[in-house]
Amino acid sequence: MKTLSGADIEEFGRELDNIRDDVIASRGEDDARYIRRVIAVQRALEVSGRALLFASVLPPAWLAGTAALATAKILENMEIGHNVLHGQWDWMRDPEIHSSTWEWDLVSPASQWKHTHNYLHHTWTNVLGKDRDIGYSLMRLSPEQPWHPYYLGQPLYNAMLAPLFEWGIALHDLELERLRRGDKSWGQAFTQLRAILHKAGRQVVKDYVAFPLLAGPLFLPVLIGNLTANMTRNVWGHTVIFCGHFPDEAAVFTEEQIEGETRGEWYLRQLLGSCNLDGGPLFHIMTGNLSHQIEHHLFPDLPSNRYAEIAPRVRALCERFGLPYNSGSLLRQTATVWKRVFRLALPT
Amino acid sequence: MTALARTSMDGVALRVADTVGWLTTPLMPDDYLGLINPLWSSRKLRGRVEAVHAETKDAVSLTIRPGRGWTAHRAGQFIRVGVDVDGVRHWRTYSLSSAPERADGRVTITVKAAPDGIVSTHLVHRIEPGTVIGLTRPEGGFVLPQPVPSRLLFVTAGSGITPVMAMLRSLVRRGEMPDVILLHSVPRREEVIFGAELRRLAGRFPNLRLHEQYTRSGGRLSLSQLPDLCPDWSKRGVWMCGPPGMLEEAETRWREAGIATRLHVEHFRPVVAASTRGVGGRVRFLPSGQEADADGATPLLVVGEDAGVLMPSGCRMGICYSCTGRLRSGRVRDLRTGREHGEEGELVQTCVSAAAGPVEIEL
Repeated sequence: MKTLSGADIEEFGRELDNIRDDVIASRGEDDARYIRRVIAVQRALEVSGRALLFASVLPPAWLAGTAALATAKILENMEIGHNVLHGQWDWMRDPEIHSSTWEWDLVSPASQWKHTHNYLHHTWTNVLGKDRDIGYSLMRLSPEQPWHPYYLGQPLYNAMLAPLFEWGIALHDLELERLRRGDKSWGQAFTQLRAILHKAGRQVVKDYVAFPLLAGPLFLPVLIGNLTANMTRNVWGHTVIFCGHFPDEAAVFTEEQIEGETRGEWYLRQLLGSCNLDGGPLFHIMTGNLSHQIEHHLFPDLPSNRYAEIAPRVRALCERFGLPYNSGSLLRQTATVWKRVFRLALPT
Repeated sequence: MTALARTSMDGVALRVADTVGWLTTPLMPDDYLGLINPLWSSRKLRGRVEAVHAETKDAVSLTIRPGRGWTAHRAGQFIRVGVDVDGVRHWRTYSLSSAPERADGRVTITVKAAPDGIVSTHLVHRIEPGTVIGLTRPEGGFVLPQPVPSRLLFVTAGSGITPVMAMLRSLVRRGEMPDVILLHSVPRREEVIFGAELRRLAGRFPNLRLHEQYTRSGGRLSLSQLPDLCPDWSKRGVWMCGPPGMLEEAETRWREAGIATRLHVEHFRPVVAASTRGVGGRVRFLPSGQEADADGATPLLVVGEDAGVLMPSGCRMGICYSCTGRLRSGRVRDLRTGREHGEEGELVQTCVSAAAGPVEIEL
């Protein structure tokens, strides 16, 4: 990567602003129809999945039901929930599809996630000591993080985190390390914990008590189907999200580096810290368009259905300025993530 | 059904929804039912546009089938309508033009396209039958009392005829047409909304007298003509709907005659003070914390909407108080009077208030 002059970086930023303005100027009825259709498909899939599970005396019905439910949950979290909570659809002024009213099918309450994700992670992307998403306070994913024998076990932690990812996110939002440092009061943490327990309680009752009980003699198949769907969603979410910022080429930054950061420099950091996944339209939807992690980090509040359309423009811009545009297949990116997890488990 | 029975039915329905809610959490049963039929929602009142009928070159009547939660209106009342234009939800206020006695349970609103009206031009030129729109329950006190006074005077201009049309249709349906004089102003004859129906009614009921004033050729209707057009004007109950100037003039006249209580007016256009050049400032909307820069002439409602904040809104002219927010800090300017005001905790109408410096407002 060649070094850019300050003027180049600002020019790069202005070009990105133009892309943003173009999308905002052309947002309209087609986009609104898109998100409403995704929501309708997701809810229909969920209802069919649960209905099929109720017919799971037949093994194929169990399999189909679990698959439909898992797909519905993935869509709900990724293409709908994550993006609605980013405010990508606030411009429609529809109170039912709005970041301030949306709640998602996940154990963590949307309000807490909005703080740690939208504010902390998206503002301080890949800044050591600021972006708590680097390793989720659980792992060492950057050589700049000091090593500790505890990290020897991180391949195992990561493997365990994947199926339990939604619980990991809920815990992550509690910011226990700030509590330890005394930056956060026990009272605050307790209030948050109560909200988590309330939300998580309803989620648990729904998937592991209410629906299985309703199924009567099919209690167990329904319970296992729901559990499988939730874990599938968790593993998928974990995989896609880790591919966003932790493949090998993704850069990390220090607090000194970002002091007095301009808009152009902020854009540059978002680009260098994010990685895309290659795939077709259906794949992009199933990743919640986080396969366009670069575009998402440059423009977190633009509707996700537009990322694919602007990706070639962003890529061309990177070429013009001699900047890397990190994109690879899911398999390749996942492999580099795991390589990093293993490598940094050891002292470097 | 008695009121008590209805309450306990609602109670049962609520408890059922609550129980089913454990299966649909974090969503509500409504979120699924609404996909089958949007009109079934019990949380959000909606309606389906069933027909669009052209009244004039630039005015239409929309026949709407209201969904669950609708309550019958009184003739003269208005509703708010939520319409998506280019994917963005807009709310506007329109008088109902249908009689509440209509047998099929449908209601109509009548809309005239304003030259730069996003919503009105959409409703007049582009909306398709079958479209689902947001509704609010009927409200407003511009209605006839019961029993109906024996002598009535209606003074209307342009689309100000709509609430009065609802009243006339209601009187016809109930078969009790009192002594009515209707003075209606429009620029030209072809612009009279409900023209044919009004003339037919005037032909059918001898005690309904209609005066159409075509202002392009015959000049503006002046209140000084009143004694000629309606000699007993001061003895009549008066319902008036038209532009602000006409209403203000009438309010003065009736007040001076000492019979202000006989006059009932309905505004249908915002009253904006001519000199409303203020400084503006940064506005923070709570509880979301979203922020936007506002100039001193743009209503906070518009500032918020443009910034993607979920703003409650209603008439957009300072009448219905649907849009109020609680001022947390800063001061605002009333765009109707130009007056600056604001104390912490004060409820301000965002549709007619602009920022006078930095403002924090809780919605």
